[in-house]
Amino acid sequence: MTNEQLNSGNPKVDIEYRRKKSAEEMRYQIISFAMMIFLTLVAFVAVGYDGFSGWFTIPFILVLAGVQVVFQLYYFMHMSHKGHEAPALFLYSGVFVAFITLLAFMTIIWW
Amino acid sequence: MSTYAQKKGFGATIWDYLTTVDHKKIAILYLIAGGFFFIVGGLEAMFIRIQLAIPANDFLSAGLYNEILTMHGTTMIFLAAMPLIFAFMNAVMPLQIGARDVAFPFLNSLGFWLFFFGGVFLNLSWFLGGAPDAGWTSYASLSLASEGHGIDFYVLGLQISGAGTLIGGINFLVTIINMRAPGMTYMRMPLFTWSTFVTSALILFAFPPLTVALFMMLFDRLFGGNFFDPLMGGNTIIWEHLFWIFGHPEVYILVLPAFGIFSEIFAIFSRKRLFGYSSMVFATVLIGFLGFMVWAHHMFTTGLGPIANAIFSVATMAIAVPTGIKIFNWLFTMWGGSITFTTPMLYAIAFIPTFTMGGVTGIMLASAAQDYQYHDSYFVVAHFHYVIVGGVVFALLAGLHLYWPKMFGTMLSEKLGKITFWLFVIGFHLTFFIQHFLGLMGMPRRIFTFNKGQGFDAANMVSTVGAFFMAVATVVLLINVIVTIVKNERIGNDPWGDGRTLEWAIPSPPPFYNFKQLPLVRGLDAYWIEKMDGKTEMTPAEPIGDIHMPNNSFIPFVISLGLFIAAFGAMYHGNHAWGIPVLIIGMLITFGSMFVRSVKDDHGYHIHKEELMDDDKGGKA
Amino acid sequence: MKADEKFTYETWPAAPEKQTLEGKNKFLGFWLFLGGETVLFATLFATYLALKDSVPNSEMALAKDLFEIPLVFIMTMLLLTSSLTSVYAMYHMKNFNFKKMQLWLGVTVLLGAAFLGFEVYEFNHYVHEFEHTFTSSAFGTAFYTLVGFHGGHVAFGLLWFITLMVRNRKRGLDLYTAPKFYVASLYWHFIDVVWVFIFTVVYLMGMVG
Repeated sequence: MTNEQLNSGNPKVDIEYRRKKSAEEMRYQIISFAMMIFLTLVAFVAVGYDGFSGWFTIPFILVLAGVQVVFQLYYFMHMSHKGHEAPALFLYSGVFVAFITLLAFMTIIWW
Repeated sequence: MSTYAQKKGFGATIWDYLTTVDHKKIAILYLIAGGFFFIVGGLEAMFIRIQLAIPANDFLSAGLYNEILTMHGTTMIFLAAMPLIFAFMNAVMPLQIGARDVAFPFLNSLGFWLFFFGGVFLNLSWFLGGAPDAGWTSYASLSLASEGHGIDFYVLGLQISGAGTLIGGINFLVTIINMRAPGMTYMRMPLFTWSTFVTSALILFAFPPLTVALFMMLFDRLFGGNFFDPLMGGNTIIWEHLFWIFGHPEVYILVLPAFGIFSEIFAIFSRKRLFGYSSMVFATVLIGFLGFMVWAHHMFTTGLGPIANAIFSVATMAIAVPTGIKIFNWLFTMWGGSITFTTPMLYAIAFIPTFTMGGVTGIMLASAAQDYQYHDSYFVVAHFHYVIVGGVVFALLAGLHLYWPKMFGTMLSEKLGKITFWLFVIGFHLTFFIQHFLGLMGMPRRIFTFNKGQGFDAANMVSTVGAFFMAVATVVLLINVIVTIVKNERIGNDPWGDGRTLEWAIPSPPPFYNFKQLPLVRGLDAYWIEKMDGKTEMTPAEPIGDIHMPNNSFIPFVISLGLFIAAFGAMYHGNHAWGIPVLIIGMLITFGSMFVRSVKDDHGYHIHKEELMDDDKGGKA
Repeated sequence: MKADEKFTYETWPAAPEKQTLEGKNKFLGFWLFLGGETVLFATLFATYLALKDSVPNSEMALAKDLFEIPLVFIMTMLLLTSSLTSVYAMYHMKNFNFKKMQLWLGVTVLLGAAFLGFEVYEFNHYVHEFEHTFTSSAFGTAFYTLVGFHGGHVAFGLLWFITLMVRNRKRGLDLYTAPKFYVASLYWHFIDVVWVFIFTVVYLMGMVG
């Protein structure tokens, strides 16, 4: 999915190619969307179904959320494209700080 | 021809500064405003020391002492140190990477005005019913019980100025990533630029927790929220965590740029390439990274449990490693160099032992078991003044002397500068060294007085005498500034004679477009490389062409003013009927002016090639 | 390349949002801002988790009493779909089809507004049926702050889209406007990312107990 800098010196040259590429990207995005809807449904069903214990459901739906967010970031927000190195670095640094904060609040705040 | 060279009237100059988007002028605004708050915070420090000079003193009442103590810390960190650091970042960093301006000139101006109005708002508390009095950390259990509006001033003022800081951080990051001159790779960036980069990243991740914490405090105090109220299920420890998740990186936000300034100074005045450049970069990044994993060492005694205490203790000690790398690199930079003892270099040399002492007491405090002994004593006060004054303030004073010629085109008097230096350094150690022992003898911090016969009398008097030395040093510095401005002796591109980086290759002060032609950077210490090849200026990387410049704008001022007004509405909505309307009016002013900004096109303007060619004072390359 | 240059379908670049230096800066600056927003929401989530079900007396409603699957499901679908429609809008932006871009942005705004409508209904429901208010408990304060911050972001995103659409309805696409649309759509996706965690952590985990 490295279809960002598609124009050669003359943009007219590759207009057809670009069209095809964007159509292809759109296909990926629709697949992502279908997957996201599906994962959401699975999460809701898992919670609605009484047979699972919380010990299974909670990690399970958190994983589903994580997968959905990857779809959002890489397909909807185009992070799979070239030129997203700095955004990725800073987003993941943010995720790292976020993770530490959440970890601390769930472990050492207890009374 | 160009209008900028003409002499302007007083009113026009003021208007120019109110609307400027030029990073060099914004730097001057930061310098003036930060300098003003530095004096205010310094006066507060003097009141504290006068009160504590003798036992059972009644110079200040207990309540007033709490307010002054709180405002001293808050002012010095948020309104003096940060903006002064931003002043140098704005003045120097774009020049060091060979850029014509920052990435977002408009936001740069907005960042300044937000900081300014936040600071003014906070200090208006003195005249409107009393300043905040719960310490600069404003722990929730104390601040929720504080009567009057002092804490509300703290919360709202810091919220506004914090937004400005966050904007500034993003702006610097984008500038460094996107706008480096041809050939300026990351590993050729001067150390001050590197430290600006890492600092800005820390701002980006550390200020959101502060924003959230301040919102929570705001909700709890003014809108009936229950975050920190145990009776309603809240938890007062949450504030402490959020404050320190911000507060510890904040320490590095302050000290990393100080390291950057000193790195420049050591290289310039030793006439040597900085020793271990890549390890310096590595250490800077590592300190930034570790800075986010140590916040709980401020909370060892809250009862986090032995495991958490142990983890944070070890992480804290780990920071000594990259810091030690830096100290040795600076020493090795001087080793074998041809050192000139200018004022900036004196500060740099004094910084090493001073900061090392602060670091060593830091390691003592990092040990959780020992911390129970030192906690809330003057030992802690001595420790953080050794790192903040010995690191940050020394760097700011050194940077002021070093970069004054680049910012204003005149040279501060070296003679007066050295007088300031000696008075300040002697005064500093006199004030704070003895406080280590006061702490070990058991004097608690934040008390407004002590009794005779507790054994604190002599040490406190020594400490106060030291503070007066620092005050005199500051007065000498102000005289120096005034004398220099009045004399107005213009200097050339490279007044120190040994400038190594790009900023010294262009006139002082630089023309408003900085570089007539972007320079070609051939290595670390780009200007030094050209000098060693016998050239006097940089090789241009492009032919002379039109330069695109942003337009001035008054909107940043209005956006910030709107928030300033809204803050009054939010604060008084419980006391007066006009509170909510004023809140709404303020927000309308802010969002309205943001709206105007977004619907009105502002493409900037071009300086034409022909004008640049005529412009003899313009910097080449 | 000047920012207000006129383009045709043929001359329109492949990455119009990053064609000018201003565009590049805006693109990167906004991503960095999103990095900061990640931390901002994480602290709100962390606080919510620390204060979840923390109420002053045992009569008061807890998470498992409050939340219901159907409402959250509808809201989730609305916001997820609005994410897809804003992707459509960006697809047409890259193909220099201004009308279709405006159309899909319009759909996005409608879906977002519907989401907000449901959120207002939901809050109203909790306040009146369960006396679960902002001031009733620490749990309430944390809940309304977290979900309300997200709702505020949605409202701001709607105003942003509408302003862009109205302001540029006659001007169309050029290298000055393209980054603005692109960045607004990034913001919208980020709001959706946050919502994925809200429906998972607040609602679904709340119902599990």
